[in-house]
Amino acid sequence: MTCQLFALTLIFALPLGLIISFGTMSKLRPLRTVMKTVVWIVRGVPLMLQIFIVYYVPGFIGLETIDRFPAALIAFVINYACYFSEIYRAGIEAVPVGQTEAGLVLGMTRYQIFTRVTLQQVIKRIVPPMGNEIITLVKDTALARVISVIEITRKAELFADKAIIWPLFYTALFYLVFVGALTLLFGYIEKSQSYYKI
Amino acid sequence: MPILEVNNLIKNFGSTKVLKGISFTVEKGEVLAIIGSSGSGKTTLLRCMNYLETPDAGSITVNGEPYFDVELNKSLSEGELRAKRLHFGLVFQSFNLFPQYTVTDNILLASLLLESEKLKARLKRKEIGKTEYRAEKSRMRSKLMGTASALLEKVGLTDKADFYPCQLSGGQQQRAAIARALALTPDILCFDEPTSALDPELTGEVLKVIRGLKSGDSTMIVVTHEMEFAASVADKVIFMSGGVIEEQGSPAEVFGSPKSPALKSFLGKKKF
Repeated sequence: MTCQLFALTLIFALPLGLIISFGTMSKLRPLRTVMKTVVWIVRGVPLMLQIFIVYYVPGFIGLETIDRFPAALIAFVINYACYFSEIYRAGIEAVPVGQTEAGLVLGMTRYQIFTRVTLQQVIKRIVPPMGNEIITLVKDTALARVISVIEITRKAELFADKAIIWPLFYTALFYLVFVGALTLLFGYIEKSQSYYKI
Repeated sequence: MPILEVNNLIKNFGSTKVLKGISFTVEKGEVLAIIGSSGSGKTTLLRCMNYLETPDAGSITVNGEPYFDVELNKSLSEGELRAKRLHFGLVFQSFNLFPQYTVTDNILLASLLLESEKLKARLKRKEIGKTEYRAEKSRMRSKLMGTASALLEKVGLTDKADFYPCQLSGGQQQRAAIARALALTPDILCFDEPTSALDPELTGEVLKVIRGLKSGDSTMIVVTHEMEFAASVADKVIFMSGGVIEEQGSPAEVFGSPKSPALKSFLGKKKF
């Protein structure tokens, strides 16, 4: 459950975050204001409450209720996408405007400039803060238990009822190894981008 | 017929009037130098010609065809705008090479994209089959590679073809940027203070390359603070001050016998 929640959150939140970041950087003032407000609310309310809200509120207002796991997933995706969007924004705004202008005078389209020139430089810049956020996600998955999604910490607790505290200790070890593997992965990505300087 | 005709160009940034009615012409094969103190509107003028800024009034004609006027500009599609842009090339003060690509790839990127689009369009219209498309594509690629290495030779960077911009000196980066601009064979190549970010030692090598480009059919507009360079290379010099063309003429006229007090004091300051 933990790994599933982690992987699915990343798969949906990484692209969604990019879309949200376009919204918060939009030239259209209304769109920008709406997106900035959304990011403010999502980042301003505890993730645990957001999980509750996604799980319980549809039932209260007479809509069909969502199952536990999808509810937790939706809350995670929205929450993390908003955090990611700010990282993307920082990355995109840090690329000098001269890069876009150089592309334009060479007759490239804005889409080509973004995919061929800007994006790679954004990725290089955002690997460290993204790594931070993704590592936090590994451990935040434990919050899904508030709506009784049986992720690893909850499972260990159930075990611990019968045994002693050791199952929880092993859980900690699991997180540690998971994060260790991710750290290596991010280190590798960073290194693979180090052949050029910005 | 002049290759470029700029007519009464006006550009404001908010309430600041940057260009207050600029008019001039450039003949094919001419080198035009634009001089003037910082803030006189030289760079804005170049940016207007490259569609990086939109003028508020006036018109630009290239090869006798309308290139810019306010009405025309509103009806332009993105594709038409791109096609128009290709009449001009621009070399920036700060090079703006793409850091993640080698020198060769910097030169190739835009032309490869442009040519593959044309090929794909032909494939879509069923003018060529799939196998033909692939053959054409590799032929196009090797042709462009040939062009790129010829350009590298022209700017003296053959041995740096596979280097990344961060591995090059400022002068080499600017020479690579010149090759990149030339790759799209613009009718008019613009230089925006190409040596202002370089120390005097490196300035020489870049100016030498620009001087080498001067030949019968390449038209160039150079915004520069290098007066000696302007005097020796340009066919025509424009002196800008406060958003207007204060004086224009041959280098001998502008440098030899300046008339306006503004130009006199500008050249006087440069002397020492």
